[in-house]
Amino acid sequence: MTAQLTPGFANPPIEAAHAFRQVLEAMAHPGRIMGLAGIAAPAPCSAAAACVLLTLVDGTTPLHLAGAHDCAPVRDWVRFHLGAPLVGPQEAAFALGTWDALGPLAIYPQGSAEYPDRSATLIVECVALQASGARLTGPGIKDAAWLNLPDPAALRTNAALFPRGVDIMFTSGAQIAALPRSTQIGDA
Amino acid sequence: MTAETLSRRDWLGLIARAPLPLLEALWPDDPPPFDWLRRPETGAMMVQGRAGAVGAGFNLGEVSVTRASVRLQCGAIGHALVQGRSPRKAERAAVLDALLQTAAAQDVHARVLVPLQEAECAARETRARRAAATKVDFFTMVRGEG
Repeated sequence: MTAQLTPGFANPPIEAAHAFRQVLEAMAHPGRIMGLAGIAAPAPCSAAAACVLLTLVDGTTPLHLAGAHDCAPVRDWVRFHLGAPLVGPQEAAFALGTWDALGPLAIYPQGSAEYPDRSATLIVECVALQASGARLTGPGIKDAAWLNLPDPAALRTNAALFPRGVDIMFTSGAQIAALPRSTQIGDA
Repeated sequence: MTAETLSRRDWLGLIARAPLPLLEALWPDDPPPFDWLRRPETGAMMVQGRAGAVGAGFNLGEVSVTRASVRLQCGAIGHALVQGRSPRKAERAAVLDALLQTAAAQDVHARVLVPLQEAECAARETRARRAAATKVDFFTMVRGEG
């Protein structure tokens, strides 16, 4: 069981700082597809998602593993490298899974009007990220950006809750794109 | 306790307490090829105490500790958490822990654990003997009245 455990960052301070910068860039420019690689992730977790977890999640951030990601190799990896408590979606600060496995966005913490930061960040594993599909506008986007969103209607509802709502990162292989709640989602 | 009955917990403690020069002298071999799961990293840990071993717990103070985890090519995983700031010792301890879970366990047992255990017993006995030499027995003499 533990024989499948894979190493984390080879040089944690440097690589975590680089990964953090990439995540920051992705969040600051919604819809922009950024590269994020460098570590071997436990299946079915993508390299980009594992990088985000290693960078942002530790023992103080409850993590929810959804669907196929809630398996022994990923749990062992989380326990060894992150030490994050594994919780249900209602208490999660971070959640990892495919769009279908994560379920409706409303079950995750949405924050409150006074404390909108008390909300969840979802890491959604996708088959592929493409700069096509839904039209994105808002803070961080000069004119417009496009991203293949799994369910534009549900994400539009999430954006309408602003300043409440959840933030989302889409990962696929070694790529990441972000969709903070401030982004307005148009039609395809 | 004989060496054969050592649990993993026992040998982890034994290796962690051993001074690095002794460890190097007993096991100077090059380690088998391994991957780092966690490179040696140094941090501080709060040591808790309990007055008289029964009172309420209190924070005694912080100690520097170094931890490391390795995986041998056969899949055995070794962990180490040693006091001090020596990445070398953490590496040696983690590799030894991994080896003790493989077919090489017998050899490592005989070469490293048994001498370490003997050294620890001897040190404990010396200390006890030196303490015993300073022991004073108090007694009250019967006063001769009448």
